[in-house]
Amino acid sequence: MASATDPSAIRLSDLRLDDARALLEHDPSCELPKPEASPTVYLQSVLDGLCELSLRDPLTGLSNRRHFQHLLNMEIESVARSGESVLLLIIDIDHFKKVNDTYGHHAGDLVLQAVSKCLESCVRPMDTVSRFGGEEFAAILPNCPATFGAVVAERIREAVSELGITVSPSETIHVTISIGGAYAPEWVRSTIELWTERADEQLYRAKSAGRNRVFIEEQRGVAVSADEKGMLFGHLLFGDPASAGVDGDAPGSAVADSEMNRAN
Amino acid sequence: MSEVSNPPQGATAEPVLALKSRSKVIAVTSGKGGVGKTFVSANLASALAKRGLRVLVLGADLGLANLDVVLNLYPKITLHDVFTGKSKLEDAIYKAPGGFSVLLAGSGMVEYSRLAPEVRDDFLRIMESLVPNYDIVLLDTGAGISDVVLFAVSMASEVLLVATPEPTALTDAYATIKVLGAQQKRQSIRVVINQVARTGDGTGITTQLQQVLDRFVNKDSEHPLKLLHMGDIPADTAVRQAIMKRQLLAQADPGCPAALAITQLATKVESAVIKHGA
Repeated sequence: MASATDPSAIRLSDLRLDDARALLEHDPSCELPKPEASPTVYLQSVLDGLCELSLRDPLTGLSNRRHFQHLLNMEIESVARSGESVLLLIIDIDHFKKVNDTYGHHAGDLVLQAVSKCLESCVRPMDTVSRFGGEEFAAILPNCPATFGAVVAERIREAVSELGITVSPSETIHVTISIGGAYAPEWVRSTIELWTERADEQLYRAKSAGRNRVFIEEQRGVAVSADEKGMLFGHLLFGDPASAGVDGDAPGSAVADSEMNRAN
Repeated sequence: MSEVSNPPQGATAEPVLALKSRSKVIAVTSGKGGVGKTFVSANLASALAKRGLRVLVLGADLGLANLDVVLNLYPKITLHDVFTGKSKLEDAIYKAPGGFSVLLAGSGMVEYSRLAPEVRDDFLRIMESLVPNYDIVLLDTGAGISDVVLFAVSMASEVLLVATPEPTALTDAYATIKVLGAQQKRQSIRVVINQVARTGDGTGITTQLQQVLDRFVNKDSEHPLKLLHMGDIPADTAVRQAIMKRQLLAQADPGCPAALAITQLATKVESAVIKHGA
């Protein structure tokens, strides 16, 4: 057991890397360096490659459920303190079983891939789309104002419904999706279970209402009307000197306008 | 257009604590996060302690509270550990540098709309047993108007709302005032304006809030809501320095304008509670 070399040093030849290597070589996006050049670099690449594989759904290339839940947790922590408006969408392909039954499983896979691509093209780079399992997807949209969420979700629904998916040389089909959405509660630390449950409830409503539609949970909150805000901040519009202390915000309609867009 | 589309279950108008206990509890709340609620709670507690009062700060802010930053205190045991039987209540109460006690709720209370009634009952039971040991309990609620906040506030006889002159903070403060009036039939809310440019600015802000309230809420209400201005805390570089040193203002710079403002606030809070309790 005793050895003259550093006991913490690892020799590649002592490790059983065959399975990992096989997995990574199978994946076209992963290129491993030559182990002879630097064992450390090689081992790091193997680990990075495995991490990458463990976060991605192999069929669609989207984040998988594991990765998504990790991101959701981070969002929960951040929103609990920032009060930022974050929307979670759960997206399900309507009558997907029929696609499989009618055109075969390969066609089903092509549909999943085409829908994935379409979903990703519909959202901002900062948003994350994930394959949740089967024909179910989820998207997390940070910094998404309440008034925007429904519009974005509707845009996604429309884009998918207009998508022609070629499943065989002679057949191009169309599918629709149903979307349920829920915002993170403001200033409150939620849990993954509670948040997804609320979005799921909305998805269920969308399905029951006939599919190919969007339902987003209404945010509870007190509307502060434009009139109330107008009176609250009226002095800013008239250049009341008392407003000069307001954090360097330029007094004037720009402030009032941005306030109008908040919270209702 | 209704103000409260979906009143939460449980956040009722009835006092949930026995009146004698409730009279000592002051909820420190804010519409928006980041306006200095925790800073005010901790420094107010130390100023009250200096006046010879036994003070408890109960952080109901679900473990988000930056009490560690303000006080250099790192409570490891929380109420959550007490509820789950992992720790004893006395081990969850920490002595803070300012001569007051601190108890944190911990992460046991999440998205409160789903909070089990047992947790609520546990919370009340513990409050009942704790409050007699103190002269004043400052309940540092979370930000916003979630059910957690409403529940925490419902345990208090007095509400101290912290806002800043910044427009989003004022809008959220106004929204909170509306909800507390509508759901808890509160007749008065005490207001402190933090980070004012000039002493006196806060009075104008509270007056402004009251005028909007009178025009849009009080006009057809049987419970007109009155805002009581409790003071301004000036924007003061000493505050930043104290936070960077992780000290209370009374330790870091007892003579600075913000510290003096908090001392005045403590005098007003004491008389409000003692009068209420009499």
